[in-house]
Amino acid sequence: MKPYSAWKVFVNGLTGQKGWERAWRDPEPKAQYDAVIVGAGLHGLATAYYLARNHGITNIAVVEKGWLGGGNAGRNTTIVRSNYMLPGNREFYEHSLKLWENLSHDLNYNVMFSQRAHVTLLHSPAARDAAARRYNTMRLTGSDGELWDLETLKRTIPHLNYSPDARFPIIGAMAQPRAGTARHDAVAWGYARGADQYGVDILQNCEVTGVERNGSTVTGLQTSRGVIRAKKIGFAVAGNTSRLWRMAELGKLPIESHKLQAFVSEPLKPLLDHVVVFGVGGAHFYISQSDKGGMVFGGDLDWYKSYAQRGNLPIVQDVAECATSILPCLGRVRLLRHWSGIMDMSMDGSPFICKTPLENLYLNAGWNYGGFKASPASGWYFADLIANNRPDPVIANHTLDRFARGINIDERGAGPDPKLHG
Amino acid sequence: MLRISCPFCGVRDHSEFSYGGDASVEYPALDAPECEWIEAVFQRENPDGVQFETWQHLHGCRMWLVVERDTCTHAIHSVRPAHNGIARVLNNEAAGTDES
Repeated sequence: MKPYSAWKVFVNGLTGQKGWERAWRDPEPKAQYDAVIVGAGLHGLATAYYLARNHGITNIAVVEKGWLGGGNAGRNTTIVRSNYMLPGNREFYEHSLKLWENLSHDLNYNVMFSQRAHVTLLHSPAARDAAARRYNTMRLTGSDGELWDLETLKRTIPHLNYSPDARFPIIGAMAQPRAGTARHDAVAWGYARGADQYGVDILQNCEVTGVERNGSTVTGLQTSRGVIRAKKIGFAVAGNTSRLWRMAELGKLPIESHKLQAFVSEPLKPLLDHVVVFGVGGAHFYISQSDKGGMVFGGDLDWYKSYAQRGNLPIVQDVAECATSILPCLGRVRLLRHWSGIMDMSMDGSPFICKTPLENLYLNAGWNYGGFKASPASGWYFADLIANNRPDPVIANHTLDRFARGINIDERGAGPDPKLHG
Repeated sequence: MLRISCPFCGVRDHSEFSYGGDASVEYPALDAPECEWIEAVFQRENPDGVQFETWQHLHGCRMWLVVERDTCTHAIHSVRPAHNGIARVLNNEAAGTDES
């Protein structure tokens, strides 16, 4: 496959765009692979890419029931940040952000990563103190973070609602300048093309219908395109993990499937240069502007468990209220569309990248709200786990048994109730 | 909007209710082995299909209810009070029998 370049864009512009080739193959399944990843979302594709690139394992398939990047990869608000504080999360998300910073060059595919800063509004001295603690922890562990006073915030984003009559007057903000947004589809396509170049088979329309076991090992997968045998199998199907887990007859998981909606408005002229987060009292809201001009925003879960990718109306009202309370100028903007994705909400709001009760089965799950930003590091460490059959120290506690061992990674401090980890 | 038929108030929008969680979870005895508590607090079946779950009619009668709902279609099959004694009284009233 020939690399993309500015020169090729120029030449193809002059020659009627006839010089492009398929970005990835559409192969038939082989009977046997060294490793099979279930789920061609961002995490599954990234895993296949890093297995090939970092570990030289190229006899791999990624099986996908629909089309690649058709699940939560296309159902998020594209925010990338690393402002996590707890050990485990801190190093993990920072590694992810570092991978994001070089991802377009690494993949030879423009993922349009825009480090436009992630700005969380503060509304009380207590919130400012908590932010100072979190952002100091970040700075001490090799990341970036800034506390902005009200004057700095007003200068940077002048059109927020600074009225002293607001229900929650803004007193400042915490900002991570290296955070931002990326083009979600391009990430899926870039990883798919990158993996394909190493010889990875991406098998779309290939739904897993059964997991074949032999005692404490897994031997293969029954799929809608026949039986596929594999020496190692990895699950990366957040949202549907429990379904696959039952197919493997492994029982229960510390996960519930919930749906989360996201929204986009009609395109506007440039209005908002940052990712802005508003979270106080009952409000939970995050907004940015896409390169096409649409205001992309989201809020809370729909609160009840669901496998239906269909959102409900009370949340539309909630986010609309939040939007107009911090950006009153959006009052007459029309909503273009909204969509819903299914999240693996875990018992402490943190993910799992770990071994399973079966020797050669590996699990990547439980991404809660944070899956998009995590995808490069998720693929990186999951590939490392599969290749070396031992976890990297960074993900040593991202295991299923951490609850029994009392080492929950509960960033929000919400306790064992999955719906509260938004 | 889901419409939940509260046994006390009638059919109401789900925005009047607050979601609890999996109603199939049974907490073990206080002195039960730790593994049983870990199972009850952290492990979930998470079915794709019909499940029992708790909702509270927060902006109504404030009663806790057990709702039988399909997580794939959102169809609600039954609603009953979470408190077994109250459910029994309501059942008996419906059947025209007297508890005493």
